[in-house]
Parts: sequence; structure tokens; C-alpha cells
Amino acid sequence: MSITVRIPSYLAGFADGRNVITVQDRAGDVRSLLLALWRLHPALQDRIVDEQGEIRQHINIFVDGEVIRLTGNQETPVPDGVEVMIVPAVSGG
Amino acid sequence: MPSVQHVKAKKGDVLVLVGTMKGAFVVRSDAARKRWSVGGPYSVGSPVYAMALDTRAGRNRLWFSNQSFRWGTFLSSSDDFGKTVTEPETYSIKFPADSGLALKNIWQINVTSDDPDTIYCGVEPSCLFVSRDAGQSWSPVEGLLKHPHRPKWTPGGGGMCLHTIVPHPTNPESMIIAMSTGGCYRTDDGGATWTARNQGVRCEFMPDKFPEFGQCVHKIGRDAANPDRLYLQNHWGLYRSDNGGDSWTDIAHGVPSDFGFCMVAHPHDPDTAYIVPIESDQYRCTPEGKLRVYRTRNAGKSWEPMTKGLPQKNAMETVLRDAMGSDTLDPAGIYFGTRSGKVYGSNDDGRSWQVILEGVPPVVSVHAAVVGGEASSTSRGHRATKSAGKKSAKAKSAKAKTKPARTKPGARKSAGAKRKSRAR
Repeated sequence: MSITVRIPSYLAGFADGRNVITVQDRAGDVRSLLLALWRLHPALQDRIVDEQGEIRQHINIFVDGEVIRLTGNQETPVPDGVEVMIVPAVSGG
Repeated sequence: MPSVQHVKAKKGDVLVLVGTMKGAFVVRSDAARKRWSVGGPYSVGSPVYAMALDTRAGRNRLWFSNQSFRWGTFLSSSDDFGKTVTEPETYSIKFPADSGLALKNIWQINVTSDDPDTIYCGVEPSCLFVSRDAGQSWSPVEGLLKHPHRPKWTPGGGGMCLHTIVPHPTNPESMIIAMSTGGCYRTDDGGATWTARNQGVRCEFMPDKFPEFGQCVHKIGRDAANPDRLYLQNHWGLYRSDNGGDSWTDIAHGVPSDFGFCMVAHPHDPDTAYIVPIESDQYRCTPEGKLRVYRTRNAGKSWEPMTKGLPQKNAMETVLRDAMGSDTLDPAGIYFGTRSGKVYGSNDDGRSWQVILEGVPPVVSVHAAVVGGEASSTSRGHRATKSAGKKSAKAKSAKAKTKPARTKPGARKSAGAKRKSRAR
């Protein structure tokens, strides 16, 4: 299946300048989608997850408009054709 | 975003590296250290808790840590004082997956090893990382990563961090480190094993006031002449050790408070160290509204306030643990930064001070270095001459390996580009 992933401008600098990436994935959840994304653009991995594979505290991932912290985190299903957004959270000081 | 300026530096110039909560600055002067120019900000928006200038093996490589709120913590470097900054494609300092740990911050970068390709980093959660290839790859020091005390180390206000790295100047197998909380640990076998070295250091916040470990040591420094003599600023307590940390003696004689964060030993003069006392852990500002650096010249038997050029009223200032440093010139330059965003410098061993940077975000780290190593005619660092022959042998290969790749001024360069440039 084909998933559209939108990333912020900072991350585009580590993805050949692309803000929109099309990912082909079979398993259908966020975890497998991210693994497919790392294969396409390895530099994104360290910036989105830590060395334990956890999504960094101040990054939100939305699947079809819903933040995955409320829908199962990385086990959240990713149906064919939906849009996934990776967005910096409101944070800092 | 602020416009970024760059400094032009030449051999013998002094750089004061200032890490703040919103980026890094490089402040430059010639050896007179009277007029300063400012480069930066670099890593705009990110806390920069650690900086270093590696002048070994013909390099002038600037290292700084980046603690991005969003994108994690990583090391970046520049071989042209900030004009071109290399941000790694994949982060080089990571905990092993089976450790269950994840990097939160890099608190210290140490480039003083006689092996010009060896660099140490102290990180949060508390651990020591080492690179043996001039910073290209890193691994945790297993003896600390798997230390049996680790489950009992707890975070202080700044996090659970290994913030101080003090290698022995003549014994490459020995090093003492400090962490908050946890205290001091020393290895005498090249990092294989580490023993708590906190005897005599009190722990106000624990039921046992003198435990084996668990102290909140804020900073330690090593005496310029006596490698076994160390100075320690504790979370309440000011101490000296004359046996490499085996035991510690109270030296809080004549200071307005024995609470504080920073501690710097003079780079050349024996028995000489500097602190900035803070009133208490409840009120973490300079006592009596006076910003005073205190200096001892007799290994802590007495301390004298150094106030010329520093505000002596309404100064509610805080100088954090890593926000004080010295250069290696003679007389020594002493520098410190405040949480209110000012950096003061002295070009006369601390006798007088001037503001060299102000209006910047809260300062968390200050380090100083002489460009081009310690070969300046006015410098007399004891370490640089110790193994000159060994350095020169390694210098050629290291220099060839690390030849800087030029890109557009201010351009960010990926690690992929870095690898290509090195392969050419």
C-alpha cells in the first residue's frame, strides 16, 4: 500500500529536500511505516526516535488527523491511502 | 532568526566558547584579551551544554553539543570557527539498545588526551563515552555503563548527568569524573573499573551525611602542579583532596557560602583555584547582591574576593557548574557566564574583569582555548610539551584524515558529505 508522509522543513533537509514522501508499506501500522521511512531516508531515524525506538517527547505523529498517542502509539493502524504527518509539538521555553 | 556572524581567528588568538540555552557563541580576542569580537549564534534555538576547541594534531576543530527540544541530542563540529558546521547524518553518541537508556544531553567534551584522536564526552543519563578516531565514532565506557551503583544514581535539578571529566596528566590509565548525583568516581585501569571517591564529602540531602556515593558534586578541578591535588565544589561544601580523590578535606575558609556550582583550577599556578559562591540551594544567587569571584592561592587555606569590574550591588546572579573556564596564557584568562546572559573575562589572573559578551540567553557553559594549540609564545601550558614527539608522529595522519571540506559559508554539511571529503 502507499502512504503519504508529510514532514517539517527541518527534516526535509535530511530527506533530499522533500516535505512529502511516499512510502510503500505492507504491515500497516506506524512502527512498520517508520521502518520503511528509515530505509528511504536513514537520517530521519535519529531525529524522530531515540535509540530505544521511542518517538521523541516533543514530536507528534498524526494518522489521518489523529495523534497516535491517543490511538495506540506505534501500534496505530495505518490504512492504505491515508496521510501521516510528523509535526514538532508545542514545547520549549 | 538572528543574523549569524563569524570570527576570524589566527594562531595565538583566544577563543571563549559560550554555550547558552538558545545557542552557542564564539568570542575572540588576540592574546592581549582586551577587545573582543563575537561569532554566532550557532545551533540557534538549542541548549548547548558543552563546547571544546580541539587544537591537537594541527586541528582547530570546534565541537559543540546540541540538545534540540525536538530532534534529540547530537555533536556537531566546525573546522573554520563556525563558518561551516557539520551536523551528523546519523547521531554518533548513542546508548546500546540493550542498555534501556536513551541520550538526553551531552554535558562535557574533553579534548585533553595526549592521544590526539581520543575525545571523551560526559552525558545524561550519567555515562562516559569515548572516541578513538577523533570524534567519528563513539562507544560508552562499559565500566561506567554497567556500574553496580547505577540503579542508585538519581537525578539532581539539572538531570542525572556526568558533567566533569578530569584525566590524569601523566597516567593515561587514570581519570576522575563527577556526576550529579552520584559523586566522584576514579578509574586507575583505563576505564575498566571505577571506584567511588567521596570520602569526606557531605551529602546534606541524604539520611547518611557521608555515604560512599550519592553526593551532588557540582565541579572538580585539578591543581596545576600537583596531579594528586583536586578541588571540589559540592552542593554545599568546598573541598580539597591531596590523594587523587581518596579523601577530601573541607576548605571553606572565609567564603560567604560554601554552596556554588563552578570551580576552576588555575592553568599554571599551584594551589590556585577560583569559585563563585552562591547563597544557598534555596536562593541560588550571589550573596548580598554582590558578584564576587573568590580565589585561593594557598590550596584553600584562605580565599580572597576578586571584585574589580564586577557589580557589587543588586547583582542577583548565578554561575552554573560549567560556566567558568580559563585559557592557558600567562597571565591566565579567567572567564565566566551568568544565567542573566553576561560573560565576564579577566586577562590578569582574575584581578580585574570586563564584560566580553552580554544580552545572550542564560549561559550554561564557558570554555576558553588558544587557537593553534599552546604553541603561542606567551603560553606555557604544562601538558602540551609532555609528549611532543608522540604528537608529531600522529599529527600527520590525523591532519590528513580531518582536512576540512569547504562549502558555502554558513551552509550545513551532512555527515555523508563529510565522509566523502575525507575519502578523497
